[in-house]
Amino acid sequence: MNSDRREFLERATHLLLLTGAAQLAFDAVVRGEPEAAPNYKTTDHWWAMAIDVDKCIGCGNCVRACKQENDVPREPFYFRTWVERYHVPDGDIEHPQVDSPNGGYDGFPEKYRPGDGAKSFFVPKLCNHCAHSPCVQVCPVGATFESPDGVVLVDKSYCLGCRYCVQACPYGCRFIDPRTSTVDKCSLCYHRITRGLTTACCETCPTEARVLGDLKDPKDPIHEFLRTHKVQVLKPQMATGSKAYYNGLDGSVR
Amino acid sequence: MGRIFGHREHLVRVAGLFLAGIVVFVVLQALLIPEGFGRYGHYRAGALDDARVHPVAYAGRAACLECHPDAAEAAKGGGHAGVRCEACHGALGAHAADPTAAKAQKPDAAPLCVRCHQANVARPAGFPQKDRAEHAGDEPCTSCHVAHKPGIPPDVPASVSGGRVGGEEPKTP
Repeated sequence: MNSDRREFLERATHLLLLTGAAQLAFDAVVRGEPEAAPNYKTTDHWWAMAIDVDKCIGCGNCVRACKQENDVPREPFYFRTWVERYHVPDGDIEHPQVDSPNGGYDGFPEKYRPGDGAKSFFVPKLCNHCAHSPCVQVCPVGATFESPDGVVLVDKSYCLGCRYCVQACPYGCRFIDPRTSTVDKCSLCYHRITRGLTTACCETCPTEARVLGDLKDPKDPIHEFLRTHKVQVLKPQMATGSKAYYNGLDGSVR
Repeated sequence: MGRIFGHREHLVRVAGLFLAGIVVFVVLQALLIPEGFGRYGHYRAGALDDARVHPVAYAGRAACLECHPDAAEAAKGGGHAGVRCEACHGALGAHAADPTAAKAQKPDAAPLCVRCHQANVARPAGFPQKDRAEHAGDEPCTSCHVAHKPGIPPDVPASVSGGRVGGEEPKTP
């Protein structure tokens, strides 16, 4: 009797509070419904990326591979991933010099002299695939979303090109694709990771400065990485739930 | 009571209008909301499958080693053992799918090596790097170094190589 009443109350509350799309979504969450495609269950994965700043050599392999794999526009030069070079004079982390010629596509010609009293390093950047993405929150039509496996994706057939998300992303990871006038961004190579491959940037990174990880897989090396390194996410004060974990991140990095 | 039923005609009209409104709403909703919207969240469920439809340009190391296990064997124990094939050889998904249709090209070592190993103050200090012009001039890197298993060639005096021999990489401090 008691459980019957609880069930009734639960159902009634859902019906009253959640209508239409929300009710359907709630039902799907409760059922843990797998998607139609075989062998890959979105509910079994939670993707993240481990980035080791101390290992990045600024070769630009990731930028070139990403452009080729995902057909990122070359004219004008947009990026789904890019590399920044930081030059921090004598501990002045408030005023770093940052450059990223062509996003690092052609590498980084030497610009600074050794022993000039500053530290220099490379920082690879990409979509942080936030669990609480500001970009998803501002989309007026539900064209960008956090997938059940933790990837922020864009529904290009539904995007209006209103640019709200471009402004909302605190990491500058989005751009308007001039060919389609819809938004484009890193998809974490969703077509690859759902086939058991790693992302194109991780595949071509020679020093394993960036490694894709599945937080729901207890055997994934990312757990070891997170346990043994002092990691940080970009702009933690924004509480975006970023899943790009940086090791050796300097305070000057924005 | 009697007064309310005296206005029955008005009530029926309002109820009819109300019902028509509901019908219009339901029809519009069915027309405007795409299929699968809301199945997983506030988005079209089919967008997940759409994101998966994209050709793969980089085949991945496992695919390379299916036919070329000798390459991994050659790199074993060297500084390049952890470097995946397509980091240097480029995207070879087409070649992996049909080895006869798309031939893999041998990469040009000169621009390739310096991409990673040209001296740069922003590179991690422990990473092996040289100023190419000063170190080798126009001599190709592969005259002395083996691409798959680089290291200091054995015929270089210990005073220069720091006691390291072929295949061994300088230790990261």
